[in-house]
Amino acid sequence: MRQLKALVVKEMLQIMRDPSAIMIAFVLPLILLFIFGYGVNLDSNKVRVGLVLEAQSADTTSLAEAFANSRFFVVSIGKDRRQYQDDLSAGRLRGIIVIPQDFSRKIAQHKRSAAIQVIADGSEPNIAGFVQNYARGVLAVWSQHQSEDEGRSTNAAAIQVAPRFWYNPELKSQNFLLPGSIAIIMTLIGSLLTALVVAREWERGTMEALMATPVSSGQILLGKLIPYFLLGMAAMFLCVVVAMWVYAVPFRGSLLALSIVSAVFLLAALGQGLLISSIAKDQFVAAQLALMSAFLPAFMLSGFIFEISAMPEPIQVLTHLFAARYFVTSLQTLFLTGNVWPLLLLCMAAMALIALVFFLLTSRKTRKRLDA
Amino acid sequence: MANEGTVVLDNLVKTFPGMQKPALDRICATLRPGEMSGLVGPDGAGKTTLIRLITGLLHADAGSVTVEGFDSRTQAEAIHAIIGYMPQKFGLYEDLSVSENLELYADLRAVTGQARQSKFEKLLEFTELKRFTGRLAGKLSGGMKQKLGLACALMGDPKVLLLDEPSVGVDPISRRELWKMVREMLSGGMAVVWSTSYLDEAEKCDSVILLNEGRKLYSGPPNDLLDRVDGRTFQIRDIDDRRRRGVLMDLLRQDGVMDGVIQGKQLRVLLAKDTPVPRLDQGSWHRVAPWFEDAFIDVLGGGPGGYSALAERMAEKPVSDKPVIEAVGLSKQFGDFCAVKDNSFSVRRGEIFGLLGPNGAGKSTTFKMLCGLLQPTEGQAFVAGLDLRTATSLARSHLGYMAQKFSLYSSLNVLQNLRFFSGLYGLGGKRQKQQIDMMVEIFDLQHYLKYNAGELPLGFKQRLALACAVMHEPDVLFLDEPTSGVDPITRREFWLHINGMVEKGVTVMVTTHFMDEAEYCDRIGLIYQGENIATGTPDDLKARVQTEGGQPPTLEDAFIELVRRSELSAAGKTAA
Repeated sequence: MRQLKALVVKEMLQIMRDPSAIMIAFVLPLILLFIFGYGVNLDSNKVRVGLVLEAQSADTTSLAEAFANSRFFVVSIGKDRRQYQDDLSAGRLRGIIVIPQDFSRKIAQHKRSAAIQVIADGSEPNIAGFVQNYARGVLAVWSQHQSEDEGRSTNAAAIQVAPRFWYNPELKSQNFLLPGSIAIIMTLIGSLLTALVVAREWERGTMEALMATPVSSGQILLGKLIPYFLLGMAAMFLCVVVAMWVYAVPFRGSLLALSIVSAVFLLAALGQGLLISSIAKDQFVAAQLALMSAFLPAFMLSGFIFEISAMPEPIQVLTHLFAARYFVTSLQTLFLTGNVWPLLLLCMAAMALIALVFFLLTSRKTRKRLDA
Repeated sequence: MANEGTVVLDNLVKTFPGMQKPALDRICATLRPGEMSGLVGPDGAGKTTLIRLITGLLHADAGSVTVEGFDSRTQAEAIHAIIGYMPQKFGLYEDLSVSENLELYADLRAVTGQARQSKFEKLLEFTELKRFTGRLAGKLSGGMKQKLGLACALMGDPKVLLLDEPSVGVDPISRRELWKMVREMLSGGMAVVWSTSYLDEAEKCDSVILLNEGRKLYSGPPNDLLDRVDGRTFQIRDIDDRRRRGVLMDLLRQDGVMDGVIQGKQLRVLLAKDTPVPRLDQGSWHRVAPWFEDAFIDVLGGGPGGYSALAERMAEKPVSDKPVIEAVGLSKQFGDFCAVKDNSFSVRRGEIFGLLGPNGAGKSTTFKMLCGLLQPTEGQAFVAGLDLRTATSLARSHLGYMAQKFSLYSSLNVLQNLRFFSGLYGLGGKRQKQQIDMMVEIFDLQHYLKYNAGELPLGFKQRLALACAVMHEPDVLFLDEPTSGVDPITRREFWLHINGMVEKGVTVMVTTHFMDEAEYCDRIGLIYQGENIATGTPDDLKARVQTEGGQPPTLEDAFIELVRRSELSAAGKTAA
């Protein structure tokens, strides 16, 4: 016990004196939150589009007005789609909306719903999707108004679509990005920082000196685990406080649930960090391994930015191997929905399993030996 | 069984994956309590591997190690409780203070209660670190780090103390103090293992294990090894100063002369068994006491002879009276740290000038300013009459530079290294090819051309590094710690080439912390804490500290005394 306490105290002193540990644990989270809070915005407000009116009539003019007044679009109006083709390929416009010549005629006939054409820039699928959906929305609202104005009560008009987004009614991307970034930060502390500090002990020869004392390899591992666990939890609380009070992200779960979920994830991240450090004995290799096996997957395969259900099937299967995936889900649930225990328990079970595998591998690899 | 020896090594074999030769090959030895056992050999001899096998941190492929009767493979935990181990680089936490490092090791070794306080008192007293308890270990000088490392290793009153190269790169004063401290531990019955590549330290041990390339060449008391060369070591005095290199090379070409080195104004020679003293047209022969290095060379079968193919092929450098290297008040400041203070000296054509001092004294910094790699904060540096500040690249084409640890590209093969460095020094086309072929022939590199530099045996690495530095036939050669940790044969071969080139008029500048290497120089500057505290020939420096009727001082004695005097005069100045 005394030996373990001595190792933990030593590690704490080192953390406090090492500017890079403080950077990763406390400064980096603030920078990340700042970037995701202000810099990255996945909502597409004010998309620039060209609107082509092939014929002028009362209907087309009022529809054009509807587009122009939409808060989603910045519209320039023309008569021929060819005049916008260059702008689209140069990226000055994100899409072209064409109201065809026969639009008014078809409206008048009531036989078929009138069609408009939406051309979007497929090289940016995300924004192309926005253009299509927003255009559809504008059209729906417009035809609704048309029907009411004319006092017609058609079947189509009777069915009203009243979209309502649960959990994130304003569709603010901050609200799901900021909770997700907590997963990134804790991956950095748990895997990268831990792998680095152990590799540093190898490089400086202190690990060798430690191993030649009566401490056990379990004590050496716990001596690393405990301080970085505490550091990770502290960083997590900092992130939560900043997200809630500075960026006004709602938090609908309980602090207890958040702490438990984070603790389980942190164990998995630390387990990975310690496993890396038992393989890589210099800081450069340790950093590479941690970035490739922990940080990048946490960024790209966790659903933090890129929607998992939109990934190809094999990649979707792959995401299950990374604890970050479950943690991001849990965090977004806790922040935006609340304590959904069935979901949280499932995520925790998965993360605990991953943590267990890492610790088993680590304890098998870590012996007080230099050649194993 | 434990009565015979504290540590018993039985037929140890250890091979690392990917290596052709075993790192240790059938080593047997016994280390006794109350004895200082020297583990002696050049870099790569297997010293660290052997110590790690004793600690149980490595397992042998065959054979066994027992420490106080405990088997190091199956009872490593029991061994860890009774050993103290100071690995290379001392194993200290640099971001913890002196007392925090001690506290940590006290807790790890369960030193508690009353015993703890008295132990701290004793160790701090013993290592003279009392005044520095609050200082971070990383901010201590090399000598103090070494003492703190020792204090941490001694924390649990070990029965066996293992020290891996404790004295490397540390100034001679700290080296002597450490030696004295460890000696004091022996009276309590501790067994001490002291690994070193300094052969002069081997002589002072109670017993030695001499290793070379994983093989044990000798184990037993050092004096018994010296017996084999008894009566065969001579000093030749009263030779014309300017001719001593030529005389040495002539001698080395004769049969029966196994080894010879320059020792200040004199030569030191080892003859083969039953060889009559060769005749010389000048100088007088005096029989002297043998050194450990003589015995080492004898075991290895003698030095490399007296023929330098490199020097033979080199053109004579034009004669000139002007200084080839000149430093005028050179200073270098890094932030508020003064690495070099007002250093001035000049070196003539065909002279070997050495900078002697411990690690961190400012030798390499001075060097880098002379090569144009660092801008001096103050002062000027000239090479071949060219100001390094204004004519850097022109000056550089006149010099060859061999950096510490050979500085080869370890993942390039021998031929690629030669091509790369010749290109750097501006060789091209026919001349490049011609010079590379010449180097390959001179240094016997044909069979290694396709080997990566990192895989070469140490001796060939040294050859390749020298080849890369001299391919463009420079007027001036800068050698930064050229032979530290290298076996004596490789070192002899290296100096044979250097001496040969100096005979052709090449000017050489060397940094070293090896006292014997400094003896090969014509003149040396003693560097201590950034200052050049004395300049002169090795014999001059020794003469300055010679006391009436006292023993003739060694260069190390001279260094220690001159440092003491300069500190006294500095203290006198501040007092005034």
